[in-house]
Amino acid sequence: MNHLIIEVDNLKKDFYVGDVTVRALKGVNIQIRKGEFVAIMGASGSGKSTMLNILGCLDKPTSGSYKLDGISISELNKNELAELRNHKLGFVFQSYNLLSRTSALENVELPLFYNSSVNSRERKERAIAALEAVGLADRMHHMPNQLSGGQQQRVAIARSLVNDPVVILADEATGNLDTRTSFEILELFQRLNTDEGKTIVFVTHEPDIARLTSRNIIFRDGLVIKELLVNEKVLASDLLKSLPIGDHEN
Amino acid sequence: MNYINLIKIAKNALMRNKFRAFLTMLGIIIGVASVIAMLAIGQGSKKSIQDQMSSMGSNLIFIMPGSQQRGGVMMGNSGSQTLKMADVEAIRQQCSDIIAVSPEVRSSGQAVFGNLNWPTSLYGGNTLYLGIKKFEVESGRLFTDREIASLAKVCLIGKTVVENIFPKGADPIGQTIRFKEIPMKIIGVLSEKGQNSFGQDQDDILIAPYTTVQRRFLAIDFITGIYTSAISEDKTEEAITQLTNVMRKQHKISKPTDDDFRVMSQSELVKTFTSISDILTTLLGAIAGIALLVGGIGIMNIMYVSVTERTREIGLRMSIGGKGRDILMQFLIESTMLSVSGGVIGILLGYLVSAIIGSLMGWPVVIMTQSVVLSFLVCSAIGIFFGWYPAKKAASLNPIDALRYE
Ligand SMILES: Nc1ncnc2c1ncn2[C@@H]1O[C@H](COP(=O)(O)OP(=O)(O)OP(=O)(O)O)[C@@H](O)[C@H]1O
Ligand SMILES: [Mg+2]
Repeated sequence: MNHLIIEVDNLKKDFYVGDVTVRALKGVNIQIRKGEFVAIMGASGSGKSTMLNILGCLDKPTSGSYKLDGISISELNKNELAELRNHKLGFVFQSYNLLSRTSALENVELPLFYNSSVNSRERKERAIAALEAVGLADRMHHMPNQLSGGQQQRVAIARSLVNDPVVILADEATGNLDTRTSFEILELFQRLNTDEGKTIVFVTHEPDIARLTSRNIIFRDGLVIKELLVNEKVLASDLLKSLPIGDHEN
Repeated sequence: MNYINLIKIAKNALMRNKFRAFLTMLGIIIGVASVIAMLAIGQGSKKSIQDQMSSMGSNLIFIMPGSQQRGGVMMGNSGSQTLKMADVEAIRQQCSDIIAVSPEVRSSGQAVFGNLNWPTSLYGGNTLYLGIKKFEVESGRLFTDREIASLAKVCLIGKTVVENIFPKGADPIGQTIRFKEIPMKIIGVLSEKGQNSFGQDQDDILIAPYTTVQRRFLAIDFITGIYTSAISEDKTEEAITQLTNVMRKQHKISKPTDDDFRVMSQSELVKTFTSISDILTTLLGAIAGIALLVGGIGIMNIMYVSVTERTREIGLRMSIGGKGRDILMQFLIESTMLSVSGGVIGILLGYLVSAIIGSLMGWPVVIMTQSVVLSFLVCSAIGIFFGWYPAKKAASLNPIDALRYE
């Protein structure tokens, strides 16, 4: 499967703060193929989030080209971008971004509300299936404040899965979680990647987590400085077994 | 985007924050209800004044002793003794636009029957007095010219006095009561008139020949007022001119500033009171306007704050595929639902409050369609606009900027 899902060419992004121009991305080239599990690494302020937001069509590049699943996004207007996000992208945020006072089920259903080709029965079925995939089917009527951080992030992952996207983008999705829960989330991502062939781009600071992916792209100062293929793939489930047992209570 | 989904989204969003929804609705409810109730109160009082005034006879014109200015000294008008029977006679003969004229003399005191007594007023008039003041004899008869000439000790009695000094069911006609120690025979009972616009009980009254009141009770030779009826309501202006001229001739007055009497007409009083209640209505309207404004600002605040608060929600919705117009539509539906339901509740509450106040004050409830429509439109417009405007701003942001909004 050599199909390119993400094709970024000489992409630049400038931010203008008053008179100051912050050059967050200075000409990035990235290619990600279908079925890859890529970790984006790099120091704080190196442009990882900026890159991911552009990949997720949440922000527009200043220049350069970005093709998502063969579609050049620079030619799309706001509504077409929204449709693209709705059909092809799943985003997982560090801070979960669930709607409060809204059940897990309804949170997961949300993207399908904006897809008029999905009727209410199918919407519910797909949301339940997504919650089953993240192991939270028994919590579907819980509100976010009745769930742990790890569970909330699972709900957010289910939400990113529900529209069957071509790529899942996660920005420090385990940044707010303890080691064990982080590995549990990674176990889930690994399963989605190997069992269901999901393409995943995962921004992280943790080398431990980067080891669990198939390729690492390393940013520095708005540029990709290194790309590493992970040769010996580690399984998150193995790491979980090696953790001290008491840690589970965190 | 299908509308059923949007309505569901909007409904869920409202349900998620019932308290905020309630607060927004409260602003609208109070705004609408206060405008409706205030204007209904103003209109109701106006209508009740008009009704009662015209029940007193809209072609009624009366003359009161007025302030005298002799040699620059104000004499005041209490105890003025300027009106005489000769004036009544002159009016009867000379004023063609007047069909009836009667003197009025008045005395206050205790009416006593058996061991019961009641403080009331005794009015004296001629045989036309009852007709002019729109009194009617329910049973018995009116006094005659002969009884006037003979200072007969006879009187007609109002319902309130009957109730207070006669046992239940007793027929007062033919009985003799005492008023200020003088025995008087009751020859007739007046039909009930109720309260006038000043809250005065018009049935708390005794009516006797003016001569009787003048001589036997007060021992005076002047009269306290002259009551007349103009030929018709639209002849009152002319009748007033005639009356004024005759009175000036009678009293040998050349300058209007020297007038020692005052001519007033019922229709003029109606006008005065109507204009007073118009001022009241305007005032209440202004207060209601302020209530509407405050309610409106409340709505604006809550809408504005809630949309600002919800910018992250907007960002999230956009990040999962909500289009700008979907977001805008959602907020528009939300604020329309709030405004319309708040407006409807406000109208119902306005009706309720008006009805309660109306029944407490004994006023007719006059609800103006304009006030209902206007307040509803203003509140809904404010609610919808301030739901829509900040949402439009938020929806035009980049999804990432909305998501990161603080
Ligand atoms: N909206 C913005 N306005 C101005 N400058 C911005 C904005 N977003 C990011 N930047 C700047 O762009 C650069 C890259 O930021 P970015 O958030 O992509 O870093 P990062 O690699 O994700 O860092 P971290 O690991 O701390 O999350 C930083 O210098 C940052 O200050
Ligand atoms: Mg970042």
